[in-house]
Amino acid sequence: MSATAPATDTAESTARTRALLTTPDTRRRRTDRTMQVLIWAAFVLAMTPLVSLVWTVLSNGAARMSMDFLTLSMRNIFGGDPSGGIYHAIMGTLVITGVAALISVPVGILTAIYLVEYGKGALARAVTFFIDVMTGIPSIVAGLFAISLFTLILGPAVRMGIIGAVALSVLMIPVVVRSCEEMLKLVPNDLREASYALGVPKWLTIVKVVLRTSVAGLTTGVLLAVARVIGETAPLLVTVGVTDSINVNPTDGRMMTLPVFIYRQYMQGTATCPGGESATCVPDIAMQSAWGAALVLIVMVLALNLVGRLVNRWFAPTLR
Amino acid sequence: MAQRIDVKDLNIYYGDFLAVQDVTMTIEPKSVTAFIGPSGCGKSTFLRTLNRMHEVIDGAHVEGTVALEGVDLYGADVDPVAVRRTVGMVFQRPNPFPTMSIKENVLAGVRLNNRRMSRSDADDLVESSLRGANLWNEVKDRLDRPGSGLSGGQQQRLCIARAIAVKPQVLLMDEPCSALDPISTIAIEDLIGELKQSYTIVIVTHNMQQAARVSDRTAFFNIAGTGKPGRLIEMDDTSTIFSSPAEKATEDYVSGRFG
Amino acid sequence: MFRWIAVGAGVLILAVLAAVALFLLQQAWPALTAGSDELAAAVPRFPEGTSFLGFVGPLVFGTLLAAALALGLATPVAMGIALFISHYAPRRLAQVLGYLVDLLAAVPSVIYGLWGISVLGPAALPLWEWLNRYLGWFPLFAGDVSSASRAMATVAVVLAVMILPIITAVSREVFLQTPKLHEEAALALGATRWEVVRTAVLPFGRSGVISAAMLGLGRALGETMAVLMILSPGFLYSFKILAGAQQQTIAAYIAADFPEASGLAVNMLIATGLVLFVITLAVNMLARGIVARRKDFSGAN
Repeated sequence: MSATAPATDTAESTARTRALLTTPDTRRRRTDRTMQVLIWAAFVLAMTPLVSLVWTVLSNGAARMSMDFLTLSMRNIFGGDPSGGIYHAIMGTLVITGVAALISVPVGILTAIYLVEYGKGALARAVTFFIDVMTGIPSIVAGLFAISLFTLILGPAVRMGIIGAVALSVLMIPVVVRSCEEMLKLVPNDLREASYALGVPKWLTIVKVVLRTSVAGLTTGVLLAVARVIGETAPLLVTVGVTDSINVNPTDGRMMTLPVFIYRQYMQGTATCPGGESATCVPDIAMQSAWGAALVLIVMVLALNLVGRLVNRWFAPTLR
Repeated sequence: MAQRIDVKDLNIYYGDFLAVQDVTMTIEPKSVTAFIGPSGCGKSTFLRTLNRMHEVIDGAHVEGTVALEGVDLYGADVDPVAVRRTVGMVFQRPNPFPTMSIKENVLAGVRLNNRRMSRSDADDLVESSLRGANLWNEVKDRLDRPGSGLSGGQQQRLCIARAIAVKPQVLLMDEPCSALDPISTIAIEDLIGELKQSYTIVIVTHNMQQAARVSDRTAFFNIAGTGKPGRLIEMDDTSTIFSSPAEKATEDYVSGRFG
Repeated sequence: MFRWIAVGAGVLILAVLAAVALFLLQQAWPALTAGSDELAAAVPRFPEGTSFLGFVGPLVFGTLLAAALALGLATPVAMGIALFISHYAPRRLAQVLGYLVDLLAAVPSVIYGLWGISVLGPAALPLWEWLNRYLGWFPLFAGDVSSASRAMATVAVVLAVMILPIITAVSREVFLQTPKLHEEAALALGATRWEVVRTAVLPFGRSGVISAAMLGLGRALGETMAVLMILSPGFLYSFKILAGAQQQTIAAYIAADFPEASGLAVNMLIATGLVLFVITLAVNMLARGIVARRKDFSGAN
């Protein structure tokens, strides 16, 4: 015991211990620091594009923003004329995304109910697996599918909003199923059993207990799914086409949508203004309009995300 | 080269919450010290401050000193990584690395230093560590098999082998037998008896018979109620604690009246 | 009754997927069976005397090259972010950061395209020129740098940013699942934080990270708009990622030519789409397979 040991011995072992505990291995410490710096750097690196992108869209888009820009269409607007707007594209996006949601939400929620409440055996496994597969379908392929389907029914070269909505549904359904499945699984089994114990049949239990408990979560799932598809461009480019006029009828010819509008404006390039830049002719008006539409689109997407998450936070019942 | 630990006026916090209050004790080298007490009394928390594992949790910190051979483990110039190398630890549930073989598990700690070990040195270290943990004869034919294939008791001894392979001065054991069957428990208890020849051992246990069997000194911790901090009630030779403790609470606890 | 509606919805999804495959095949069939002369007459840019496969080959090459480059850039960064969120950042901060990374996934691809061509392209041009000047002997950096940055390198960076969130999200989940027991075991052996990651976290999460990368790959393969808006297309088997007019991807090719196509050209485009569908399907099924196998493992523990 050190208390009884000679004082020199104690001093020596203290010094030895001190050396042991205070001399870190420099090489290992350096590796640790390096990796820490690298991992922080990875994060900063990933945030750079986000910040840059949001800033660019905000500053470029805000410059184009005006009441006219939001309430007029591009009908009879040519060259560098800055008086057009994106009203037709906003309406097109709302209509097509709305129809897509009308198709996807019932199918998606019912499938989720099937998987959580009834699903057993080979069919359920197949559905789960193929929903995963569906998640990976490239958006352009979804567009080709929809156009192939309607070509068979209506003949070649047909373009209309409903085809775009079908294409978006193919992309949206798996997202709805996945998130709604998660939400339904959160409903505790005790609740279901309590309901069965009262003699309530299964389907009524699902409607009155399970769905009611998880309605906030389902709303969130649906809103996030809408946010995912509202910015899709490629499938709409091949199925809905483009137009400069207002068309809100999804079964009647071409429609404009915000993402496609952005692409079209970008492809337009610089306009020629004979008398130089003036109030009626701005050379890079197309690019400006593209940024303006991008701002509107990104605000829509972020709003859907935000509302979706807030709904879940505010209205979700506390289950645990 | 086992070493003594002097704890002085130690308060342990999780954030603002005072979990253990005002502990002062001395842990003698080359002996087994057992911590007993009802659950939630802070004995495991206290154990984890002895190798600075406590501070891994966000907001956890301590006041006071824990001195190993007179060197404060919480001193400004002390490297927590070096502390954990010097004060090894064995956990409640056996936790060999599942992706490593038995051999790699034993060498895991040594490999961190990446000392360029010759093959024969590595083999020698594996053998001596596994022998030290009374496991060599059971696994010598399957050193390249995954450690997770062993029985619970063997896994725990593998973890002990892994801990002693880095040649620590002190070995902390946090309820090392609570997940094991009685036969494995006896094997570990025998092992503890052997290990104290070369290491200072501190063991937390909820099993009073075990404390009585393996330890030389016993510390009893208690808690006044939920939300109150745990305290060291008394510490003495194990035989004294179990036969004639100074405190009423200790006597009540060891005679099974609560806890 | 209600039960059968629910089952019907599930079956409908299977039917839709079967329909996707079937209709694509049906519409692609004329192009797959047509002679090369017919194709050459109907399809713009169709080289004389090649078969369908000879035509699709460079597109498949371009698609794989773009996706592979994006994956190579994104995976290490995504793992870094995932580790940052799961093991390095303070816990309260980590949640906010995770949300920010998710926001990256919410940005529509057409906006990435716009940003890529007008912000990233000009910003990266000096780097491309530098690489070309000093490392031009390396095949990837050979050739003449595209003056407007409309080259595969810029596309790859934009695609990498786009697939970053999915790889990060999946990796983060597996890293967070690392058993505390194993992390503590490593710590108690005197491991530094990075050594804990190396001995306990990474081996545990390896298969998860692989499948995350495959999911990212699947997404990069099918990405259209960013490629369409940035890349100056070419139809070569070319590794020159800094030069313009070298490669093109399937998705961008379809989107570029579909609006003006008619007749056999449409069938041709759908046939190329079918090829893309098959490639992404294979990649995704592989990824899901890895995930599923991993689930079995963790279930056994």
